[in-house]
Amino acid sequence: MKHRLFWPVAALVTLILINTIARSQFASITVRDGRLYGALIDILRQSAPLMLVSLGMTIVIATRGIDLSVGAVMAVSGAVALTIIDGSSDPNNLGVVLLAVVVAIVVSLLLGVWNGFLVSLLGIQPIIATLVLMLAGRGVALLITEGFITTVNSTPFEFLSTGYLLLPFAFFIWVAAVVAVGLTERRTALGVLTEAVGINPEASRLAGVRSRGIIWSAYAASGALAGIAGIIYASNIKAADANAAGQFIELYAILAVVLGGTSLMGGKFTLAGTVVGVLIIQTLESTMLFLGVPPAESPVFFAAVVVVVVVIQSPRLHRFMRGITRSARSRGSAEPSEDAGVAI
Amino acid sequence: MTSLETANTTTRKQAGYFETFLSRRASLLPTLAAVAILILLFIGAEIFVRGDFITPRNISALLLDNAYLLILAVGMTFVIITGGIDLSVGSVMAFTGIWLAQLLEAGTPLAIAIPAILVAGALVGLLIGVLVQFFDVQPFIASLAGLFLARGLAFVVSLSSIKVEATEVLWLQSTRIRIGDWYITPTGILALLVVLVGAWVMQFTRFGRTTYAIGGNQQAALMGLKVPRTTVSVYVISGVCGGLAGLVLTAYSGAGYPRNGIGTELDAIAAVVIGGTLLAGGRGYVLGSMIGVFVYGTIKTIISFMGAEQSWTQIIIGALLLVFIVVQRAIVARSERRS
Repeated sequence: MKHRLFWPVAALVTLILINTIARSQFASITVRDGRLYGALIDILRQSAPLMLVSLGMTIVIATRGIDLSVGAVMAVSGAVALTIIDGSSDPNNLGVVLLAVVVAIVVSLLLGVWNGFLVSLLGIQPIIATLVLMLAGRGVALLITEGFITTVNSTPFEFLSTGYLLLPFAFFIWVAAVVAVGLTERRTALGVLTEAVGINPEASRLAGVRSRGIIWSAYAASGALAGIAGIIYASNIKAADANAAGQFIELYAILAVVLGGTSLMGGKFTLAGTVVGVLIIQTLESTMLFLGVPPAESPVFFAAVVVVVVVIQSPRLHRFMRGITRSARSRGSAEPSEDAGVAI
Repeated sequence: MTSLETANTTTRKQAGYFETFLSRRASLLPTLAAVAILILLFIGAEIFVRGDFITPRNISALLLDNAYLLILAVGMTFVIITGGIDLSVGSVMAFTGIWLAQLLEAGTPLAIAIPAILVAGALVGLLIGVLVQFFDVQPFIASLAGLFLARGLAFVVSLSSIKVEATEVLWLQSTRIRIGDWYITPTGILALLVVLVGAWVMQFTRFGRTTYAIGGNQQAALMGLKVPRTTVSVYVISGVCGGLAGLVLTAYSGAGYPRNGIGTELDAIAAVVIGGTLLAGGRGYVLGSMIGVFVYGTIKTIISFMGAEQSWTQIIIGALLLVFIVVQRAIVARSERRS
């Protein structure tokens, strides 16, 4: 009960159980041509963009920041990659695709560096600093694609999102990203330093933590990860749609981070929690599709989820629950009163 | 005025008139800058884009085309001055707009339909306000829930657009009250009324003073001010403004559409900030936000006159926003040093 991943994992398992009871084929996985198929596999494949964005968001939120520009960065990255592939003579050339992917990621990294510059050096509130790019980014993406939706047919590029190596290739991409971020944050001191900056920026600065560089690198990482997400998104629809790419993804990413148990106040963060949070969101999405809820209406349910989660996390409710348990104790009731079980 | 500024005034030494003005009215500076930018934009467009930019017709159209944004910006100003933010306004506008269209299609009288959508907007605002005030949820997240809720509800009402046939609603838009070449529509009058009421409330009422005090200092409760009530109220006001904007936009486009206003909350925030309201809260003017909306609208008009991509609007607004927040940051840093 006390483990901080308990509630997110419990929520995910419950969701999967409900789905399996409602439709038995949900949990079934079939093997065809050496590939695994099934609803659960689909969830793993489709969660790639949100997973990448949420990873970056977790680090940024841990530094007491927020990155609203991820959706716009996704749009730019997709536009850059597809414009390069579209402009080449041979879209099926692996070299061209690699070049396009690398350039797109570098551009996204630079956009992240720009955000980090505004936040760490100029000291602008993160919401506002990243709002600038959120506004202007889509405009830039539209300029790159010249206002059109660029489409390409490129087998190597499509492989990124729809390819299979027993499991979907996109799944391997996000697992690799999780492992890479996990190793740099948890096998080095970086994670602890990031948490220190988030818990008390001033104290950690006095203690000799280079908070500026840490904050800066968090935004840069978020930008680069959003760039990869944008490439996968573009690869999935085989097009660069500057308006639709990453629409609302910043909101879902923040929700995933919070669901996973990282506080929006910064400080302690959990990457495993974020992974679970993303899977919860993706499973919810799949559930709603199954229930016949039009995708457009799903925000109502997400609104309900956000409200429930933030109310459960709210200190006031904790105080209130503690008050109840305390008064129950003082009345000498025989019931064993556990500490309010809301410690997400 | 906030405590910071009074501190400025007391530490002020004998200086020139300009310096006195600066230190006393530091919070007016960004707004004045916005006015200057607006004037420069007009002159620049007149000289470089085409000779007939400053015409009564064009300026009248500016109010007509941006009436909905003006209403949203007034509500947003209240919220931002308390140090909060309301991301839900664009979605609330879409939801109330399409719900109005649907109610009218079903034959509901206007006298019921309009109050109904205003109450709906107010309820979304109430939800956000209660989350912010009583559950200590960050305004950003609370209003995010409001955004999701209202956007989803808009699609629940209808997945496609609904045409409005009611002549009373279309009248709001089609009536042109003319004075020479100038004209104003009832939607424009409504928007200006909202601005005037908003400015009056902020400057001359106890509620307005409390709003400034909350943004200036979270401990305002110590001064005996009704902080919880006011905090919830600003979000309700923003919600009602969202409802009014829904009405205006439905009249303007002659239909309700569930995809309306995606990203409009950003336009509204940008307009408010360009108009000189400090995002940290505590300083700002409703009239400044009006200037901000006009700057936004003028840039949009100039770009369509030049025949350039509309995406330039987003980029220029983003750049302007950046300049303004950097300037704001400098002003805050300056007054912090002084006090």
